[in-house]
Amino acid sequence: MLQQRPDVRHAVEADRVHRSVYTDPAIFEMEMERIFERVWIYCGHESQVSKPGDYTTMQIGRQPMVMVRGSDGKVNVLYNRCPHRGTMLVGDRQGSTGEFFRCSYHAWTFHTDGRLKNIPMMESGYDGTRWNRDNPDCNVKKAARVENYRGFVFASLAADGPTLQEFLGSARIAFDDMCDRAPAGEVEIVPNCFRVIQNSNWKLFLENQLDALHPSVTHQSTGRAAREVELDIARQTGQAPLSYHMLSAFATVTIDKWDDFQTLNYPHGHCILTGYMGLRPQDPDTLEYERVLAEAYGKQRKDEILSTNIHHVLLYPGLSVQSPLQQLRAVRPLGVDKTLTEIWHFRLKGAPEPIYRRALAYYNLVNSPSTMINADDLENFWKCQQGLSADGGEWVSFHRHFGHDIARDGVVETAPGMGTSEAPMRNQMKAWAQFMDQA
Amino acid sequence: MTTGQSMKKRKTATAATSNGKSVGPAEDGNSSGPAAHERAAAVPQERVPVVADAHATQHAVEQFLYRQAELLDRKRWREYIDLFTDDGHYWMPAAPEQTTGEGVPSIFYEDKNLMNVRMRRVQHPDAWSQRPLWGTNHVVGNVVIEAGDAAGDELVVHSRFHMMEFRRETSRHFGGSYIHHLVRAGGGLRIRLQRVDLVNAQGPFDYVLQVWV
Repeated sequence: MLQQRPDVRHAVEADRVHRSVYTDPAIFEMEMERIFERVWIYCGHESQVSKPGDYTTMQIGRQPMVMVRGSDGKVNVLYNRCPHRGTMLVGDRQGSTGEFFRCSYHAWTFHTDGRLKNIPMMESGYDGTRWNRDNPDCNVKKAARVENYRGFVFASLAADGPTLQEFLGSARIAFDDMCDRAPAGEVEIVPNCFRVIQNSNWKLFLENQLDALHPSVTHQSTGRAAREVELDIARQTGQAPLSYHMLSAFATVTIDKWDDFQTLNYPHGHCILTGYMGLRPQDPDTLEYERVLAEAYGKQRKDEILSTNIHHVLLYPGLSVQSPLQQLRAVRPLGVDKTLTEIWHFRLKGAPEPIYRRALAYYNLVNSPSTMINADDLENFWKCQQGLSADGGEWVSFHRHFGHDIARDGVVETAPGMGTSEAPMRNQMKAWAQFMDQA
Repeated sequence: MTTGQSMKKRKTATAATSNGKSVGPAEDGNSSGPAAHERAAAVPQERVPVVADAHATQHAVEQFLYRQAELLDRKRWREYIDLFTDDGHYWMPAAPEQTTGEGVPSIFYEDKNLMNVRMRRVQHPDAWSQRPLWGTNHVVGNVVIEAGDAAGDELVVHSRFHMMEFRRETSRHFGGSYIHHLVRAGGGLRIRLQRVDLVNAQGPFDYVLQVWV
């Protein structure tokens, strides 16, 4: 707990923010306390812990947590900490603990819901102390709240606050869009996590996710390189794989065309960027997929599902979801200038293999540690972090198309032809200020 | 030591050549004499000067791996890509237990077309992450020819490497193993598959890998 919290009331204005919110370690600590350790944070997908005893670990704010499938089949989220001396209960990132946790230090054991099971020689050693089975401090502490939306498990370390569905609001379409695209109505984890560290503040990553101004500038080298090879392949064989289009679009969609997209900005900082990346071509694989989907849902519903116009959904403060490609990036801040991203891919249950392969190509090319896209993003984030630490100016500008946003039923939409509006950044910082203002 | 090991394996492999005639090296590894002449005659189409002799094959493979490392360190991307066959792949698995790059997450899984995209990206004047330019230093060793015979068309070669990279103010260190599937083509060895298992493949990457390791 901090002795003195920084005063952030004047750091955020409607159209600009003070640079200290990206660079001040004291503000970072306050963010962990008032945002990450309070709001709903993504823990993982239930298919990562399919059998009782399966666990996976993650950070929620500064807290090491473990998500475990309980003996009763329920998914629990616990502090990864033995109540005896504070030892982490599991040291692996994932695994199975069987029917109970057993601390490696003094063999205290705990049920998979955190309740104390046994302490060696408990009867002889604790007489007259306050340490006994009825003391709740003997149990592994649980996350205050755990909820699951369509298989995606979130935890909140605060007992009070909106429910998960209230918190996500309309932005939960990220998960609906992903699951509905599966003929079976659900997805399952592809058991691999790519982890990439960004040497920059976590907010820079989130802002960039819906920054429609940057792709044609930041990613033009990859876009053009992919376009050249795409044309070569087309000349030789008639049609390049869709993955080339996914990369070349960064160059062929020029900076002015990004204004045709739209962002939808929701309470709590969530945002959607529209745009569809041409994922509905008329090739045999797609047609077969559409046939299977129509069989599952009927033609009308199938068309409805496939016309969902989403490129990216940002679930503030820690999740970026690309539902049409079934991947997501979870943001785990490590320090004021260091951020870990955990990058996952999901399989549409019941969809033909080529549809999985197509999304997998994107996962490998764009989201793996050899990414040809994020290489340049991370370079920019690092440069931002360096520049914001300097005294060359105090404010970060979010003025683009300010004053033109359209507010409707609590949703702020960018005006037609103003897709490059910095409304998502304004919306995120507005939510940030509200979270930070709650003592 | 590695030569001896490879000779043992090669000896087993040579027993299975199609003409039933042993084309393996003499037990002492001596490359001169009539046996060598016979062996050379058995594969007249090959222009690799070394196919019939364990020591010489070992030497040629090692030289090939050293040259490959040098091309990477000198950023001679075109020549590096040209080391691959037209159907060749560069593969860095996401996990050591993977047995194929098809249908599974990979850190890299690139055919020559994708390798060309990567090359053209880093050569583009506005590839921002290429400034400042960076350098690498590969050291390759422990080269063991695990499979392949004198007449066969594919050698499977296991080796280990260390690669140190310096970019801006930071050094990074990567280590691991290569498995090369090499074929003889175009007057030399060509890569049908290069598998790269980083020891740190499962760890978090502090920044990304911009080109092949």
